[in-house]
Amino acid sequence: MFGFILQRLWQALIVVLAMSALVFCGVYAVGNPIDVLISPDATQDIRAAVIAQYGLDQPLWQQYFTFVGRILHGDFGRSFVYNMPVSELILTRLPATLELTLAAVLFASLVGIPIGMYAGYKPHNPISRAIMALSILGFSVPTFWFGLMLIMVFAVQCGCMPAGGRGETASLFGVDFSFLTGDGLSHMILPALNLSLFKFSLMIRLARAGTRELMLSDTVKFARAAGLSEFTVLSRHVLRLISIPLVTVFGLELGSTLAFAVVTETIFSWPGLGKLIIDSITSLDRPVMVAYLMFVALLFIVINFVVDLTYALLDPRLRKGRA
Amino acid sequence: MRDTPLSRFLDEFRRNKVATGAALFVFVIVFIALIAPLVTPQDPYDLAHLVLRDARRPPGYVGTGGYTHWLGTDSQGRDLLSAIIYGLRISLQMGIIASGTAFVIGAVVGCAAAYIGGRFESLVMRIVDLQLSFPAILLAFVIAAILGQGRYQLILALIFAQYAYFARTAHGAAAAERQKDYVEAALSIPLSPWRVVLRHILPNSLPPLIVVATVQIASAISLEATLSFLGVGLPPTEPSLGMLIANGFQYLLSGRYWISIYPGLALIIFIVSLNLVGDQIRDQLNPRLRR
Repeated sequence: MFGFILQRLWQALIVVLAMSALVFCGVYAVGNPIDVLISPDATQDIRAAVIAQYGLDQPLWQQYFTFVGRILHGDFGRSFVYNMPVSELILTRLPATLELTLAAVLFASLVGIPIGMYAGYKPHNPISRAIMALSILGFSVPTFWFGLMLIMVFAVQCGCMPAGGRGETASLFGVDFSFLTGDGLSHMILPALNLSLFKFSLMIRLARAGTRELMLSDTVKFARAAGLSEFTVLSRHVLRLISIPLVTVFGLELGSTLAFAVVTETIFSWPGLGKLIIDSITSLDRPVMVAYLMFVALLFIVINFVVDLTYALLDPRLRKGRA
Repeated sequence: MRDTPLSRFLDEFRRNKVATGAALFVFVIVFIALIAPLVTPQDPYDLAHLVLRDARRPPGYVGTGGYTHWLGTDSQGRDLLSAIIYGLRISLQMGIIASGTAFVIGAVVGCAAAYIGGRFESLVMRIVDLQLSFPAILLAFVIAAILGQGRYQLILALIFAQYAYFARTAHGAAAAERQKDYVEAALSIPLSPWRVVLRHILPNSLPPLIVVATVQIASAISLEATLSFLGVGLPPTEPSLGMLIANGFQYLLSGRYWISIYPGLALIIFIVSLNLVGDQIRDQLNPRLRR
């Protein structure tokens, strides 16, 4: 077990290093930030001063080492555009993305699982067929187009929902959240729905497949023979058994929801991390791009590491030091 | 008709009405996209034919050109139906080129890993697994963002995001084939390893790869649309469906819904049809569902 953890940690470290080099070199192939930073009629002295200030006059490898050294100290550099430390910038944007992602994943699970279980419980019922057709559609519709439709129907045609922005926020533990105020909540509904569409379809499919299989199993047969009501059978036995794969997917999907948040945040002008990265790409804000990409890569490595560990704990074959 | 595996396959396919309809749809859409210049009322990218007075007109408007714009016009007076058909052409091209290349790379990498085995196999499959743990959209987005806008950059990003799916599938199938007696027999004749891999192992690993391919073409088209919508995909000179939708986005809030909606509908109909066809092929090729 200990060897297994060490091996995984070692691998994660290599991946982080590879990612940092890749991202750094890649980002530095894009445009010249000097053109954005300095007005074209600045004097040569000012140009040289600014270039030196951002360390852009040094060779690439040296910039890379400075970059890695600073990251190890928790310093991701200053944003060219916002003129503030990138780590601070990311931290101020993170809560918006986190609350949106969590709302989306919670909606997908809390609504998707019961619906999927119903479809698996009565597989030949017309309603179940309609649910399955909807879930196929949910897989096929591109997230951004679904978002546009939501805006068109709810914000433009019926005018009952705001089309973008975060609305009023309230402070909790010194961090601003939207879900604490009524106005913020109404701003959150459409983007959260948009973001959850894919997970929603996924949860429906998984719950349906699991329920359908289990309904034929001995567990259900004996539970019914013991005189339990259908509701108790479903909620106490079936749900508990199908929840193992669902929890795994839930964890994995948290990460990919974060990736899709880029799309949703752009459409609904939600001021989170995704909006930040899109803006920084268009304005060639290198430090923000590098820091965001590193942040997401790290996040995924951590998620995968935790998932691996959970498996190792659950799976006795891995526990016996097969590492 | 002779009773070949292919004819049996087609017979079974035809029995599923929905999938057959979807397949027909796919063929019709691809055909229309192929002969686009012959069927569209207007060449949407010939600026000489665009009249600004016709801009942002609703569906059914009869323009200066004397013909009806069935789906309306966009912000430059372009007939939307023509723009959609041309956009489909670009989207299809990107999807097929990217998935096709990813297919070849993935199949070769997967089969080679399964054949050679040992250190090489575990190293390659480790990398593939690692890549699969990141969502495709994130990979494609990162690569596209790093490389910048452009056709080849986008294709590269899509290939990079997709090859791992093919490699994983090919490896699984090829590893199973590698153990079989006919491979041993072919090697003991002796046929060259290259020949055994390409002529014996690869063809037998194809069925699962074909299933993955239908799904991946659909997802490549959807990814391309998403990236173009976000502004890291194709340049504005090559308006795919995603670009058309993005262009219409700014007019959506003023109630001019058609500029965004119809390109999106075209995209969805195509993707849903492809997915339905893929589902049916998967069911037919899955030995566990065989009676």
